[in-house]
Amino acid sequence: MSFTVPPNLEAEIDELITHYPVKRSASLMLLHAVQEHFGYISQEAVEWIAKKLGLQPINVYELVTFYPMFRQQPVGKYQIKVCRTLSCALGGSHELYKHFCTKLGLDPHQHGLQTTKDGKFSVEFVECLAGCGMAPVMMCNEDFYENVSTAKADEIVSQCK
Amino acid sequence: MTTQETAKPAPPAIEKIKVKVDGREIEVPKLSPDYTGKLVPTTMLQACDAAKTDVPHYCYHPKLPIAGNCRMCLVEFGTPALGPDRKPVMNPDGTPKIAKSPRPAIACATPISPGMEIYTKTPTVKQMREGVLESLLINHPLDCPICDQAGECKLQEYSVDYGQSASRFVEPKVHKPKAVDLGPRIMLDAERCILCTRCIRFTRDVAGDDALGIINRGSYNTISTYPGMPFDNNYTLNTVDICPVGALTSKDFRFQMRVWFLKETKSVCTSCATGCNIVISSREEKIYRYTPRENDAVNSTWMCDYGRLNYKWIQREDRLKDVLVRGQKSSWTAALSEIAEKLKQAPTGSVAIVASARQTNEELWLLSKLKAKLGGISDSIERTGDADKLLLVADRNPNTNGARLTGICFTEMGINLPKIADGIASGKIKTLIVFGEDVTKHGISAELLGKLETLIVSDILPNATTAAAHYLLPGCAHAEKRGTFTNTKGRVQKFMQAVQPKGDARPEWDFLHDLVYNVTGKNGFLTIEGLFNEMAKDVPAFNGLTWAALGNTGVTVTI
Repeated sequence: MSFTVPPNLEAEIDELITHYPVKRSASLMLLHAVQEHFGYISQEAVEWIAKKLGLQPINVYELVTFYPMFRQQPVGKYQIKVCRTLSCALGGSHELYKHFCTKLGLDPHQHGLQTTKDGKFSVEFVECLAGCGMAPVMMCNEDFYENVSTAKADEIVSQCK
Repeated sequence: MTTQETAKPAPPAIEKIKVKVDGREIEVPKLSPDYTGKLVPTTMLQACDAAKTDVPHYCYHPKLPIAGNCRMCLVEFGTPALGPDRKPVMNPDGTPKIAKSPRPAIACATPISPGMEIYTKTPTVKQMREGVLESLLINHPLDCPICDQAGECKLQEYSVDYGQSASRFVEPKVHKPKAVDLGPRIMLDAERCILCTRCIRFTRDVAGDDALGIINRGSYNTISTYPGMPFDNNYTLNTVDICPVGALTSKDFRFQMRVWFLKETKSVCTSCATGCNIVISSREEKIYRYTPRENDAVNSTWMCDYGRLNYKWIQREDRLKDVLVRGQKSSWTAALSEIAEKLKQAPTGSVAIVASARQTNEELWLLSKLKAKLGGISDSIERTGDADKLLLVADRNPNTNGARLTGICFTEMGINLPKIADGIASGKIKTLIVFGEDVTKHGISAELLGKLETLIVSDILPNATTAAAHYLLPGCAHAEKRGTFTNTKGRVQKFMQAVQPKGDARPEWDFLHDLVYNVTGKNGFLTIEGLFNEMAKDVPAFNGLTWAALGNTGVTVTI
């Protein structure tokens, strides 16, 4: 599959670049825009962005590999991010994570992001989501959930169509 | 006729300021050149350098932009204290009171100021260095016994000074990629890397190929190229030289020889007319590698991969090793006296000389003496390739200017070659002397060579001309003799002998001296030093030079 950037995305990107005095400063914004559109950042996308900003691909690749929020592989339709930083860990986030994995048929002992075979769900641990008072917290795509019990987890999964 | 770069106007005098390094006052310029030569404030590390005080460092390199990431050069310092009236506070004994900074600073990136005191030997500084080193060694594999860098490794050296006998680290080490093929000439061991970014800065800011970067995060940081884009420019092997540890290794040199066995000889690269200063590393008459040697007038501290790897021909099996007279093995004495007799009897104008611009100044000068005596004509042969932006020039002969200055060829090289060919064809030229070139590739065919009464050839490797020679005199590679070359900018640079000549081969200047003495009666230069000094008196461009005055980095003459 060849990598093509639709005209409206390219227009958005061109506009983003104008926000910065130096083109290179727009790197992160471009990566976000591309990931938002394609769901992940492919090697072709890295090369396309580098060309757009007049950089070498390695300069963009450094960023992609540095930030865990940037994905180099496609992810599920629904991304479940469970916080594992201190308050949530104490509040039971590991049990919550294990529950999601078992429910969705994933390995709870494996490191990093896992996606179900049907490509519907991705589950992963993340660091602090800034809701420590309501631990454990999690996100499903852009929605934020607090005080997530296993029952609430089941409800969240069932809402994902 | 020697000039010390007089063309440029003298730069404006730089203000000097006084600082103290470990209690000793020194005067240093306020500004010093950075890696591009631009004047920037002098740093504490440069001041310590001027005071001959070692400050350990990994990421700092005088010819690279400053990164300040390794923290090894942390020092303590103080500056003159100012009172509320902004006037210096004095001690009772009249000396300025020094306010010691509560925090250390990295010497490589902190500018000096007047009256500053730098402390490099305090217990705190020692402790900081030990701490930094311990942290760098946390994930280091400690595989020195199989590491090529062992013996020239900054981690090893500083471990002697600041290391601990045993590691306190009990956790499992982070494992990173090993034997990563970065490019056609470079191998990376990411576990040995201390992430000083010297290689990244070199290839981005000096070589102009932004090919390397640091990928991943935290303890998984790794030097990398972009996937599918190999690290392949003409300067990649310099990253191996500047890598302070064994992370980047040369595919050509890795696992070949422990560096402490290598003999180091100061020499000059012969792959183009730039004449990069090099060190030849050899052991038991075998050359293992070339590495660049600092000479700011020529190559800074760099050299190109093309020149660096162009040494294997010296060790080729088919090197010419025997003196041959009409195909029969002979001796130097017999061959040289026969040649001398023939040349003495040769009528004026019947001798032509084709000498390579890969021969040394001394050899070319001796040949020009021979030419003058015999009233012959001479020329040399051009050798060109693609130039690049940094060091490699189009002229691939190391001594083109030497050939011009000694009168072997004109400014335009090769214009006499057709005349020589015509002369042989018409029978006017009966004797041809060829040094280091295959003339059959340059308009003097093997058929023409067959018409000659005498063909005297000296070369290193066999070719069609050596095959036709009546007298074949085996010569030496630059690594097997001493001499000088004049580079493209007119810098006369000497090189030393690293290995012994193969078989019966002798340095060309050595047997040419015998020959010239026998033919012209001139003498007085039995040693290379004497020969050079004699030549310097005779060749106008070299007037005033002496072998000794050339030093290690040469002298620029007007060309």
